[in-house]
Amino acid sequence: MPWYVELLRAIVGTILIFSGVAIIAAMFGVLLERKISGWIQSRLGPKHVGPQGLLQTIADTIKLLQKEHIVPRHADAMIFATAVLVVPLAALLDYVVIPFGVTRWGPLIFRDLNIGVLYFAATSSLVVVGILMAGWGSNNKYALLGGLRSASQMVSYEIPMGLALITIAMLAGSLSTVKIVDAQAHWWYVVEQPVTFLIFIIAATAEVNRVPFDLVEAESELVAGYFSEYTGMRFALFQLGEYGEMFAMAAMAVTLFLGGWRGPVLPPVLWFIIKLYALIFVFMWVRWTYPRFRIDQLLNFSWKILIPVALLNLVVTAFFVMVVHR
Amino acid sequence: MTGEVIAFYALAAVLLLSGVVVVASPNIVHSAVALIPAFLGVTGIYILLNAEFLAGVQVLIYAGAITVLILFVIMLTEGGTGLRLRQRNEQGPIGVVVAVLMAALLITGVMHTAWSRAAGALPAYTPGAIGQSFLGPNLLVFEGTSIVLLVSLVGAIIIARKEE
Repeated sequence: MPWYVELLRAIVGTILIFSGVAIIAAMFGVLLERKISGWIQSRLGPKHVGPQGLLQTIADTIKLLQKEHIVPRHADAMIFATAVLVVPLAALLDYVVIPFGVTRWGPLIFRDLNIGVLYFAATSSLVVVGILMAGWGSNNKYALLGGLRSASQMVSYEIPMGLALITIAMLAGSLSTVKIVDAQAHWWYVVEQPVTFLIFIIAATAEVNRVPFDLVEAESELVAGYFSEYTGMRFALFQLGEYGEMFAMAAMAVTLFLGGWRGPVLPPVLWFIIKLYALIFVFMWVRWTYPRFRIDQLLNFSWKILIPVALLNLVVTAFFVMVVHR
Repeated sequence: MTGEVIAFYALAAVLLLSGVVVVASPNIVHSAVALIPAFLGVTGIYILLNAEFLAGVQVLIYAGAITVLILFVIMLTEGGTGLRLRQRNEQGPIGVVVAVLMAALLITGVMHTAWSRAAGALPAYTPGAIGQSFLGPNLLVFEGTSIVLLVSLVGAIIIARKEE
């Protein structure tokens, strides 16, 4: 295939991923979050714009598009502006290796990379850079503290997440996401590896900075954390990155543990979406159920509990893979 | 010109430009942030060389972890801003001379090496082959590196810990 066709495909793919994430993850995700939080707190949630408040996020997006861009006086303008691009970009890159379903012509995936799982870990680790840049570039002490907290948190939770990914890759004998889904033809890995699933979900919640791990943007201490100084569409892009990352983590959990697109009767893509939204619902349910951790509890939990358990789990799994499968 | 050549020159341009910013920027945080496009440029070159696994590791470790560590250290040690750190000194001319000599050495080295194209075929699944090589022929190097890392880890903890 000539290279310019390849380039064109990449551009079309980018547009597809961006609009998909913007509409399905960010806009619909925000609405879902508000509806579910309302339901959990015995409220109604957004109700006035459109039928049952369905158009509320669209109205919010139009409002954000019209708002003024404000750059604080002593902010580092270049870093302040680039940080906005890094966070959503890192989230969008995650979607390249996620298999959404299967058709007659093969799995529905942008690129079935040989190193799929490693690629996912690598791109999702880039989010921290954007957050640190935003925190430092704003020239605001709350933003900087939020950025630093996020760096320590995300670097700590990347390790248990990586260990969980390795455990699954070892079981499936491949780093390719399509092969991992194929390896779950008999039973899902959540049955075989419940501990790994739990570690992955906890680490994923921490990686996307959601309650109970949302110290990065703890309102009562840090205003809004690293994006305190951002307005209008720049703020919206951070939200897009955050929700995009959350959906990517849920999609990865579906791929690794819940058998991806596999399921009876219904078409594969539909199964994928059902599992994805079930996990998203769990994330939101947790958010409105548990209070926030303290920063020392958070880091101790990762280094003293999650990492040892994940390491032990990895060794035990390696032993069983050696004994049983070979 | 093929796409591969265009991609190589584009990546090389990104790499060189961000490299110059890393060295020349008066602001230490700008230098640290400019490391990221430099590392990503190297990643692109690895991909051009079909070394996918190495490319993934490059992003995960260098762009995702080492840069974050550097930024973190700057922000923790220099009152959060890093703006008071002096980034230049009087030894610029000497530095330029050393850099030019180094470049001349490298260019002659590259020109005089016979690059063999018959190094063998690539295995279909490189991560597996890399793992086999680490735990097979290169076991001693692999274990030696892990000991060095462990020692530096323990050392860092001892330095960071307050004496009681």
